[in-house]
Amino acid sequence: MIKARVTVTLKNGVLDPQGKAIEGALGSLGFEGVGAIRQGKVFDLELQTADRAKAEADLKAMCDKLLANTVIENYTIALA
Amino acid sequence: MKSAVVQLPGLNRDRDMIAALTKISGTAPVTVWQTETDLPDVDLIVIPGGFSYGDYLRCGAIAARMPVMQAIKAKAEAGVKVLGVCNGFQILLEAGLLPGALMRNASLKFVCREVKLEVANAETDFTRAYEKGQIIRCPVAHHDGNFFADAETLATIEGNGQVVFRYAEGTNPNGSLNDIAGVMNAKGNVLGLMPHPENLIEAAHGGSDGRGLFASVLDVIAA
Repeated sequence: MIKARVTVTLKNGVLDPQGKAIEGALGSLGFEGVGAIRQGKVFDLELQTADRAKAEADLKAMCDKLLANTVIENYTIALA
Repeated sequence: MKSAVVQLPGLNRDRDMIAALTKISGTAPVTVWQTETDLPDVDLIVIPGGFSYGDYLRCGAIAARMPVMQAIKAKAEAGVKVLGVCNGFQILLEAGLLPGALMRNASLKFVCREVKLEVANAETDFTRAYEKGQIIRCPVAHHDGNFFADAETLATIEGNGQVVFRYAEGTNPNGSLNDIAGVMNAKGNVLGLMPHPENLIEAAHGGSDGRGLFASVLDVIAA
């Protein structure tokens, strides 16, 4: 079995209203000098295979087809 | 004109849409469940609004991967007209039938109110009953209607007249780029919009500004 983590983040240039709101909330908690917050998503997966190359290819297909909306999001794949 | 309304778990505006189509065309639409792949022979397929699959992952993302969407893609390629309203618009974008994406409203709030729409293109199968530049009233109710497309895509859809509706007179409720409320595909047979024209079609709704869209696409414009 292979464990993997997929991280999906907004592309540069895409406005992130949620990130802005979090930035404002941190400011109101007294954390100063925090900027450019971007909210993203993390997916932890277990793949029933020992073939790392296949796992990576499958994960890429999963990202392109479902886990990320590549109009607005980028993704990275990390195998444990 | 025969029409069909798609039903998926979590869509809740299907009854309003069925009522609007029935009242305006005189014929009740066929309903199609998400697992169906053999679609009835109709002229118009409508994906109504709601919260399909609880808006999990991204609005419309799961619904867009259901079997019925492959069948709808094939129908759209064959020239059948497809209309997506609100969550239906989000589903069409996630399915790749329309360009761009819809993000969380800039205000981060769910907006439920009436806006004004400008008919940006009246030379479409969906808007022939209107005049270009006409301002109509229309209700909106959504949390993720903030239209985004990269600069190149935006220039393309603006240049091709694919922007069909814009929020008018400072009523943009969600931060959409270029005040975009509704876009169609390059071929002109698939339209998606965030506002709900099906909820403003008769006196009991307080107006009938939304009627023109259905009259256009159902081909029942009064002579």
